[in-house]
Amino acid sequence: MPPGLSGPLASARILVDWAAPADGPPNPWFSWEYVRQNIESLTSALQQHIELTIATVAIAAAVGIPLAVLAYKVRGLTGPILAFTGALYTIPSLALFALLGPILGLTFSTVLIGLVLYALLAIVRNALTGLRQVPPDVRDAARGMGYGRVGLLWRIELPLALPGILTGVRIATVSTVALVTVGTLVGFGGFGDVILTGFNNNYYKAQIMAGTIGCLGLALVLDLVLIGLGRLVMPWAARRSAP
Amino acid sequence: MNLWEIWQQALVWLNDPLNWTNPDGIIARTVEHLEISAAAVALACLVAWPIGIWLGHVGRGGGLIVIVANLARAMPTVALLTIFPLTFIGFGYPPIILALAIFAIPPLLANAYLGVREVDPDVRDAARGMGLSGGQIVAGVELPLAVPYLAGGFRTAAVQVVATATLAAFVNGGGLGMIISRGFGLGLASGGGQMVAGALVVIVLCLALEGLLAVAERMVTPRPLRITGRRARTGADATLPSDASWPEAINVIRA
Repeated sequence: MPPGLSGPLASARILVDWAAPADGPPNPWFSWEYVRQNIESLTSALQQHIELTIATVAIAAAVGIPLAVLAYKVRGLTGPILAFTGALYTIPSLALFALLGPILGLTFSTVLIGLVLYALLAIVRNALTGLRQVPPDVRDAARGMGYGRVGLLWRIELPLALPGILTGVRIATVSTVALVTVGTLVGFGGFGDVILTGFNNNYYKAQIMAGTIGCLGLALVLDLVLIGLGRLVMPWAARRSAP
Repeated sequence: MNLWEIWQQALVWLNDPLNWTNPDGIIARTVEHLEISAAAVALACLVAWPIGIWLGHVGRGGGLIVIVANLARAMPTVALLTIFPLTFIGFGYPPIILALAIFAIPPLLANAYLGVREVDPDVRDAARGMGLSGGQIVAGVELPLAVPYLAGGFRTAAVQVVATATLAAFVNGGGLGMIISRGFGLGLASGGGQMVAGALVVIVLCLALEGLLAVAERMVTPRPLRITGRRARTGADATLPSDASWPEAINVIRA
């Protein structure tokens, strides 16, 4: 009770305390105090989260875009490639980590491999959609101008599929940021470690919220970076349709 | 530890009848897993379908659905699973069901909206010309024609919920994930086999459900309305709102 408070106000205060007894130490949903005191562990969680996300998306793009090109060029492979990435989507991430964990150990690569498999889905599907949206007239015109198979792909089809590819990379990035948290099962979960340690540590709300906000903030920032990157690479897209 | 040893351990664990019939065993956990999932999907349908159909009927809100889908994609499941029990909802099944339901809403909402939007405008005009009211058009024309999309959305949502329900084990919330987390609690050396066994059971359950719902989806769709599976789920060929990312916005990688 603040000093100097007396009379009816003081009795009101006592009444409030009695009606809602302070249940142990306060446990607010957000506390700058917590953030300040744990800035180091939060930064290292952020770093791990960023590393896992960027490595995942980079590998998934390096594998997924060629797969999409393959599915686009070789008719017979379209079905199997889409079915493969679709089946991966039905497998729970926790189950995948549980399968890989005992084999690869509790390592960065266990989480990385699992995340790459999930990110592939978004990248392959969207890159394929992008490639399919290249107008046949454009392709015919390019062929008429003397483009070979490689030239056609490299100079015409891939650049025109860039919006689809970018969409895939954006979706993969945002979902990977959310999915990294599951990696906490094997001890590499970035902000997921923060959230679950908070939960297991007497339901420390400030810690859970800090981890959640960290995740959402990172997803937002990375998405905005990718949008900006897209504007740089494809100035025509921004001009044609303002988002 | 090598692959062969782990595989052996997993088979040994699966081969012990007690691990199936325990109160904490595979059968009890599977039932629990499916009960939680069913409640979550039912709740999500109750919320998402009326809203999606209504938005589709009035032809607005496509942008809103994209925003909902993007938010759901960025939100970690683990966050909602840990936050909800600490609010007024309290511990137990309700916070888990609620968290899973929230992530099931985007695919249900988007497909309901798309399904109604995809109804041929001429058909709608004809219905109006015959004197049908707005409500009659929804119930008698748009809803039946949207069934393939509703079924596709339901399949995506249900498979996703059953996969995601595994994560409830992080907050000790039950379901098949518990087998994995118990195995993990024993350490990789002695519990590795149980982890792999639990993972296999979950994977088989998800793939079986996916197959079952694919058949169900075909059965509820009248022959003339049948479209190839992928299209209903992603709306890939539908006329989409301006944003090119729309069809994929439905597919939230969640599990």
